[in-house]
Amino acid sequence: MDMSFSPDDRAFRDEVRQFLKDRLPARLSDKVRQHRELTKAEMEEWHAILQERNWLAGNWPREFGGSGWTPIQRHIFEEESALAHAPRVLPFGVAMLGPLLQKFGSREQQDRFLPRILDGQDWWCQGYSEPGAGSDLASVKTSAVRDGDHYVVNGQKTWTTLGQHANWIFCLVRTGPAAKPQEGISFLLIDMTSPGITVRPIVLLDGTPEVNEVFFDNVKVPVENLVGEENKGWTYAKFLLTHERTNIAGVGFATSGLAALKRIARAQVAYGKALIDNPLFAARVADVEIELMAMSTTNLRMLAQAAAGHAPMAESSMLKLKGTQIRQAINDLTRRALGPWALVFPSEALEGANDTPPPGPAEAAWATRAYLNNRKLSIYGGSNEIQRGIIAKSLLGL
Amino acid sequence: MDFRFTDEQTMLGDSLARTLERGGDAAAVFELGTGAALLPEEAGGFGGTGPDVLMVFRTLGCAAAVTPLLDSVVLGAGILAAAGEGALAEAASTGGARIAVALDEPGQRYDGTVATRADRGHLTGEKAVVHGAEDASHLIVLATDGLHLVEAGAEGLAIRSYALIDGARAAEVTLKETPARRLGDAALLDRPMAAAILALCADALGVMETAVALTTDYLKTRKQFGRAIGSFQAIQHRMADLLTEVEQARSAVWNLAGHLDAPDRDRHVAATKSLVGRVALQVAEETIQLHGGIGMTEEYELAPLVRRLLAADARFGDSDHHLERFIVLGAA
Repeated sequence: MDMSFSPDDRAFRDEVRQFLKDRLPARLSDKVRQHRELTKAEMEEWHAILQERNWLAGNWPREFGGSGWTPIQRHIFEEESALAHAPRVLPFGVAMLGPLLQKFGSREQQDRFLPRILDGQDWWCQGYSEPGAGSDLASVKTSAVRDGDHYVVNGQKTWTTLGQHANWIFCLVRTGPAAKPQEGISFLLIDMTSPGITVRPIVLLDGTPEVNEVFFDNVKVPVENLVGEENKGWTYAKFLLTHERTNIAGVGFATSGLAALKRIARAQVAYGKALIDNPLFAARVADVEIELMAMSTTNLRMLAQAAAGHAPMAESSMLKLKGTQIRQAINDLTRRALGPWALVFPSEALEGANDTPPPGPAEAAWATRAYLNNRKLSIYGGSNEIQRGIIAKSLLGL
Repeated sequence: MDFRFTDEQTMLGDSLARTLERGGDAAAVFELGTGAALLPEEAGGFGGTGPDVLMVFRTLGCAAAVTPLLDSVVLGAGILAAAGEGALAEAASTGGARIAVALDEPGQRYDGTVATRADRGHLTGEKAVVHGAEDASHLIVLATDGLHLVEAGAEGLAIRSYALIDGARAAEVTLKETPARRLGDAALLDRPMAAAILALCADALGVMETAVALTTDYLKTRKQFGRAIGSFQAIQHRMADLLTEVEQARSAVWNLAGHLDAPDRDRHVAATKSLVGRVALQVAEETIQLHGGIGMTEEYELAPLVRRLLAADARFGDSDHHLERFIVLGAA
């Protein structure tokens, strides 16, 4: 047993740190640190900087233009990026669709779409959830009816993250009759500029239009945009969901969030002493720090297993459960640390028309936004209740 | 980054598990060389690292075996080895000598306050909840000026023994001008105590694994309303939460095992003992609840596991005590 990183991995960490120091623009990391909305151009800028170093697709093999990193290297990159407040790599093309096309796509689809993910020509979004299909994803109703060399798509997708910027969407659509809900679903790639598509933003309770509704009204999609076989989409969707969970623990986000929480709690003063020295508050912070120390090791144990060729299944559900609980606890403590300043409404304070800084401590507005926005953590990617079901069924065999 | 045990560690764990499965007692456990695996070479052993302690005690915990290994070897022989008492340490590691370590005193609660005094080679004072005192050939006693060695049957030594909830026995020990030999400063305790806390936590992890497995089997077989109770979502989600917490406890134990000889050992001791203590109580309470009435009976095999988990939290400082330690260490 050796809990330290190998010399190669330590050297890689140094390399990542140096890269972030040299190439991450402060105007981007400042916005990320303050949980301010990045523009489309800013997100694309960071993708381009990473791609220049061939570091955009850490999870892709080299033959497809990826970095070919080991699971440990990917973890190191994600952790260091979070600690440096780098913008996140948008998961839709790189983490989700890329691996799916590499496994199930045709040669033509790989040649056509993979390079465009890397060079930023395409911005993908995910068309999974529908108003009637959330956790019960297999009950999607959006239909695709074959008409010659096209499918005609009708229906509605929702919770489409950053869909307002996307020019492509990958969708689960119903193509066939189904004895079971999981049957008759296909995986379709749809050009967002096609006639009949309407995107409507959904403003969330933190004031940001992060997600959207996407409506399809007789949208014509060429049949060559079908991935794999017709009616086999559920298999591909499940594959994609396991890939979505590779960085599910969010150790880097939690670590940088905890550091920010401690910084704030040292600066906030009540009854003449720093909040961090209040025994009750200190106990809450210590509790979450101890949980994070353990969870971070659980994450490394799973990565070591993944590196040895064992694909984590139910274990990743445990990481999602614990990881999101820890991050939400940190968000909650950070907001509470700011007392009455946590009442400042984030959108106006952070993205208001004038250039005056937000009122109160610099962190106040973003702390509330982070708290409100990260309610999503226990809902998306399979809600935490779904994860509990997966754990019970696969580990307990119940 | 390597979480694997060495072949030697795995082999010892396997043969220990087999011995316990066959109903082997403490003597059989010593015969395997388990004691020597818990001591470093310079003290006559061949192990004593964090992973060695983890492997041995998790295995003991899984089988809920009652042995003197924690008190007599990890703590007792560990202190003796640090004090340069190699011969006695080695005797303790083979089971030839039996060491009890007397630290706590009446009227204190995990705070380390000591009133026992040494005066020209004689000790006077009272010691509380001394594990294994009645079977000990030697006692190591913490006094105001450090650690002392007392032989069983020494003059002025009185031992009032009683049963503990986890199947072990402890005693209230009174010393009245009892002859003793000074071993050294209280600091000799530091590493052996950290190792003992690792041993206790690894043991608790093993107990939790067995309790969870027992509960899982029960949920699959017990039928109510015409179906296995494990098919009810209310039960499944509680069990999933419990498994997730046990996974946290496992990682906490691994953290301490990996940092037992690291500069930040104390921080890991506090973090691990706090987390494992909390999860141990949760597993104790939840596994009873998930079983229902049968989980409360003495006859059913959950009972000793639950009581052992309570003992794991209450010994060497409970989860709140170590949470506070963690805060103090972080502020320093």
